[in-house]
Amino acid sequence: MEKSISFLLNGEKRTVEVSPSEGLLGMLRDKIGVKSPKCGCDRGDCGTCSVMIDGRVVRSCLVLAIEVDGAALTTLEGLLENGDLNPLQKAFLNKNAFQCGFCAPGMIMSATELLKRNSQPTRDEIKEGLAGNLCRCTGYTPIIDAVLDLVSEQKKDRKQ
Amino acid sequence: MSITNDFEYVKPKSLAETLKILVKNKNAMVLAGGTDLVGSLKERTVAPDLVIDIKGLKELKKIEKKGGAIHIGALVTFSELIESKLVGKRMPVLVEISKKVASVGIRNRATFIGNICSAVPCLDSGPVLVAMGGFVHVKSRLRTRKIPAEKWFIHARKTARKPGELVIGASIPLPREKNGACYIKLGRYQGEDLAQASVFVHLSLKNKIPLYQIAFGSVAPVPRRAHRIEKALNGRKLNHELVTEARNLVASVVTPITDIRATREYRLLMCEVMLERALLAAQERLNGRGPAYGVNLI
Repeated sequence: MEKSISFLLNGEKRTVEVSPSEGLLGMLRDKIGVKSPKCGCDRGDCGTCSVMIDGRVVRSCLVLAIEVDGAALTTLEGLLENGDLNPLQKAFLNKNAFQCGFCAPGMIMSATELLKRNSQPTRDEIKEGLAGNLCRCTGYTPIIDAVLDLVSEQKKDRKQ
Repeated sequence: MSITNDFEYVKPKSLAETLKILVKNKNAMVLAGGTDLVGSLKERTVAPDLVIDIKGLKELKKIEKKGGAIHIGALVTFSELIESKLVGKRMPVLVEISKKVASVGIRNRATFIGNICSAVPCLDSGPVLVAMGGFVHVKSRLRTRKIPAEKWFIHARKTARKPGELVIGASIPLPREKNGACYIKLGRYQGEDLAQASVFVHLSLKNKIPLYQIAFGSVAPVPRRAHRIEKALNGRKLNHELVTEARNLVASVVTPITDIRATREYRLLMCEVMLERALLAAQERLNGRGPAYGVNLI
């Protein structure tokens, strides 16, 4: 039986009819049309479907749509600042941190949560924070470099 | 893959209401973090008529110190264990264990209790619970039960939970004595992999007499407490000979199989290596030295 649920998506209130067996990833992509979360492995192993529920990164392929009733969701689209890329996204661009781009939304969501909890992560901490977000193109080095680059830029800014 | 099975969904607001629904619906399944359940629904290994989301039961979201034990409520996620000041101070090895579970995105959602309810042989939450003499707390409409961890795990994916019962939490006795512990998990790579083998060691000094608590994971259908090794070690100070003695007993305690992740022989050998490292790290930590909790030792 379909049920009406309401939640915030990138700050905007949405009300959607869902059936209990509907997944969050499918609802976001097919019903609402938010395309940044991707369906990779569809079993929680690859991280391409990462979105935030109440500020925490989750695998949207392992969440039922009906579970987010009353929650605040953030997807990559919600990270834009005044319609422009945010500093983390720019750092990804500057470092050529993606080739095919399929993993990038999930990587950026995971890096966003990491930086929120730890504004000065070491290389190892970044690796731990991004473990479980798979990339088949870059070999990860430019992705980790992008995050490190942003961290050192922000450190410089604070000193000035 | 989408979920083909149709089911109803309910999110009760109280424990009493949850238990009432559970007893009335024989083919219901409980949803907490969902990282296992939603996967199983997709793979069609389960087909409930009703899914009961217990995330509305705030009383199950607590980590508390009660009666000399740490109580972990059914809704406590691995990320919350990692961030808990109480856990970090009183049982830092739980942080070490939680950090070995999958990835941040899974740990933000997956619960410690969900892990012991799924009860797959490679679970990370089992060895500590079994070795420390922990308990699983369940509740049904008519009674409350406190099940010793070693009796909880019956077989791979099979627990002592009976129909109509809800697991409300687990408790792990807090050691009063000086202690050190260590959890080592062997995976093919860091992040997101299931354990090929794991070992948990807790060493405490009671009136200066060493007491060892040891368990293995992923090398038997259930987390296996190493009673035989503990008995051989208890009361004796750790040294090179004792480590060798412990290593030689490993094959009599664990019964690994060969599967897609590793062979039986490899698992057996690695259990010995990991036991040695865990014993030494636990001893160093007991003495206030050694690697910080959470550092990879393999």
